[in-house]
Amino acid sequence: MQWETVIGLEIHTQLATQSKIFSGSSTRFGAAPNTQACAVDLGLPGVLPVLNREAVRLAVRFGKAIDAELAERSVFARKNYFYPDLPKGYQISQYEFPIVGEGRVEIVLDDGTVHEIGVTRAHLEEDAGKSLHEDYQGSTGIDLNRAGTPLLEIVSEPDMRSAAQAVAYAKKVHQIVRWIGISDGNMQEGSFRVDANVSVRPAGQTTFGTRAEIKNVNSFRFLERAIQFEVERQIDLITAGGKVVQETRLYDPDRDETRTMRVKEEANDYRYFPDPDLLPVQLDAAFIAAAIADLPELPDAMRERFQADYGLADYDANLLTAGRELAAFFEAVAQGSGAPKLAANWIGGELTAALNKSGLEIGASPVTADQLAGLIRRIQDGTISGKIAKQVFEALWNDGGDADQVIAEQGLKQITDSGAIESLIDSIIAANQDQVAQYRAGKEKVFGFFVGQVMKQSQGKANPQQVNDLLKQKLLA
Amino acid sequence: MHDKTIAELAAGLRERTYSSVELTRHFLERIARHNPSLNAFITVAAESALSAAAQADLALAAGTGGPLIGIPIAHKDIFCTQGLRTSCGSRMLDNFIAPYDATVVERLAAAGAVVLGKTNMDEFAMGSSNETSWYGPVKNPWDQTRVPGGSSGGSAAAVAARLCVAATGTDTGGSIRQPAALCGITGIKPTYGRCSRWGMIAFASSLDQAGPMASCAADAALLLQAMAGFDPRDSTSLDTPVPDYVAGLDGDLAGLRIGLPKEYFGAGLDGRVAASIQAAIREYERQGATVVEISLPNSPLSVPVYYVVAPAECSSNLARFDGVRYGHRCENPKDLEDLYKRSRAEGFGAEVQRRIMIGTYVLSAGYYDAYYLKAQKIRHLIADDFRRAFEQVDVIMGPTSPTTAFPIGAKMDDPVAMYLNDIYTIAANLAGLPGMSIPVAPVDGMPVGLQVVGNYFEEGRLLNCAYRLQQQTDWHLGVPVGFD
Repeated sequence: MQWETVIGLEIHTQLATQSKIFSGSSTRFGAAPNTQACAVDLGLPGVLPVLNREAVRLAVRFGKAIDAELAERSVFARKNYFYPDLPKGYQISQYEFPIVGEGRVEIVLDDGTVHEIGVTRAHLEEDAGKSLHEDYQGSTGIDLNRAGTPLLEIVSEPDMRSAAQAVAYAKKVHQIVRWIGISDGNMQEGSFRVDANVSVRPAGQTTFGTRAEIKNVNSFRFLERAIQFEVERQIDLITAGGKVVQETRLYDPDRDETRTMRVKEEANDYRYFPDPDLLPVQLDAAFIAAAIADLPELPDAMRERFQADYGLADYDANLLTAGRELAAFFEAVAQGSGAPKLAANWIGGELTAALNKSGLEIGASPVTADQLAGLIRRIQDGTISGKIAKQVFEALWNDGGDADQVIAEQGLKQITDSGAIESLIDSIIAANQDQVAQYRAGKEKVFGFFVGQVMKQSQGKANPQQVNDLLKQKLLA
Repeated sequence: MHDKTIAELAAGLRERTYSSVELTRHFLERIARHNPSLNAFITVAAESALSAAAQADLALAAGTGGPLIGIPIAHKDIFCTQGLRTSCGSRMLDNFIAPYDATVVERLAAAGAVVLGKTNMDEFAMGSSNETSWYGPVKNPWDQTRVPGGSSGGSAAAVAARLCVAATGTDTGGSIRQPAALCGITGIKPTYGRCSRWGMIAFASSLDQAGPMASCAADAALLLQAMAGFDPRDSTSLDTPVPDYVAGLDGDLAGLRIGLPKEYFGAGLDGRVAASIQAAIREYERQGATVVEISLPNSPLSVPVYYVVAPAECSSNLARFDGVRYGHRCENPKDLEDLYKRSRAEGFGAEVQRRIMIGTYVLSAGYYDAYYLKAQKIRHLIADDFRRAFEQVDVIMGPTSPTTAFPIGAKMDDPVAMYLNDIYTIAANLAGLPGMSIPVAPVDGMPVGLQVVGNYFEEGRLLNCAYRLQQQTDWHLGVPVGFD
């Protein structure tokens, strides 16, 4: 039987506010336990939440970025359950009336196919604290530094049909939240966590199969593996005559499998009701306008512009709009050099390789956009060959300076004087008569030998095109 | 000194007839003498009171200090006080010392008031007789076999017995007005949002409101003046200016339109209480007010609605008392569930547990629409009744409570009978309106309260009504035997 996979994702992204969503405590990661938890975060008696305006502003930016409806009126609700790292015994979230309504995200797969994934909603909520089981013999430590950290939970439609699509969607959302500056997206620190709802059904069936929810996956690779495992598990189960139960599962990367965490029957009844401590959030046009006023050009629009304005291929345009800093770097190099395709090649090739090797982000690149543009200008005007350019790049990377300076100091300027190249060729022909005879007898491979000799003796500076042309003339003469 | 109004005491302090330390010591002595029988205070803060009084005397000598400088008051034990235990009448918080002051506490301190201690109350403000307190029932100073009302029963008894000049209370369904009525004092529940709820331990967040309890309207006005106002720490507090309540006390009542809801004078109301209320209404008519009968058709629904909404909110508000971070924790929990179950079973009394269970039930999947949602809809209808009424009248008057104080123990086994005590007061909380209880002619030596409900932010008008009545009558001047 042919099976179809159906996936929906819930993504919790931590909003990049200075303080918590309902208190003034810092949201900085990594502080000593319970040093960033005030009376409100601790849920002491008599304390009250006050909504952080910045969290609302960031949610509005996201809504705009995915072309979603923004709710004029959204309502905070209490999600009631007991857990030691949930100080109030309830989480303040949004339930019936989320701030961001239906939107959409476009994904492009490696095979070039484009899919639109629906976003059902995105709502604001507070994070819980952390339970630390490892360090305390026989008991559990509670760290409430994270309690009250603002989250935007982004819920997709069940629109994805493969692990690859799910990963592409998650990556796209990750790209957007970082691009528009609402989250640092740091997955190791838990700033971007993904829950996947996975089900399978016979191809052609319109109703959904029973789904399992895989909780808190914190890398794209694990997301792909977890979904792949889960899909196989469900198909095997059904094929063997079993039934999928609705449940929450955890992905264990060490064993590369998902395991039951809790079955739905045992799940909590969260007893949601509107939080009487908080007024509904009323968004007015002026607030929205101010929130989105400095929204940058979005990656999709920029990608299309790069293709149109700079004649970039799909692949390059995608690659260069993966992040905002990278895109800005590219534009600076493209404009500074006047050679966008060369700029794209250099950034995607030499620069990325060097950055990866040193474990650096584009923002920390030792070779600036200006420096790279200067180098590309010299390739473009024939001052140096592509091969020499790599040598110049290395000098710029290690010692700084600008391309012209390096070229001058190291005498790397390309030899384009055909007289000089001719006399070099003449002396090489004279010294290698055996090879000349071979070539003339039809052994064309020997041509490479001559090119190599010329380049070697010119220390790579001879213009390769001229070397080719002149060699052919002279050998056949 | 204990039979004087705040204005008289303030004059005495300014003129050095007595110092704040002397005044404070006088009240501390009264507390020492009477509290063992009345049980009105859970915590007496003699040392800090005397040092605050000494500070107040310095300010008085320097001619500085706020409007309540040197005046000894008490706080209901629901308001967090930095460094001074805040128990909320519960074993759960018997060991709880807040690291902050409630806004109301802070504001009264800024006005110069001296805090004598924390008053007894029904556990987590859930009760109408002060019998649910972990610290035992408060006795009504007018008859110590009877209840003082609740939940602010300790504050009411303390003011009535003149163990403090005035006190703070909170009112979720009548918890200021009903004990004020049963103890013969003046109490006002302001408009929802008028006083900040920051630092006031939540029972039902959409209903809770702080207010003053005092011997007379003028004193209540002075306290409310200090307590009221916007607080950025409470999103439900309202950012509207606070009028000068004292300046408005003596306004002429000629032409005042009083509405008497027929639903508040029906079956269940003690005839003698009704007669006292009528006598007070006639006094208003003598002062030029006109009386019209009105109807609040949905008012019979207010008790059932309240007992859905308030428990629902309390079931969530009290979830934080889990034995994990503070408060009561059971001995040697064997696992997490045991920790939760035993800490909460031991820490909470029967009435609190009953309301948590009711609240959990009405919010549960499958019952939410039938109970919680429906109750919210009726709540709107009740507010609409008042909106229509206030198109016709300026204030609504009636009894605060259907009877005078009942004997201790009389209703503890019958929660529904207990709940019906608040039949006239609950609607004002559901609608968010200000309500007041003013002492009128006693019945068989026991106090009776006239309830006055006003439109939103009309605390000034209520205080004006109370003050004018108290200018013409002496019902508020009675002091229980043994406490004069």
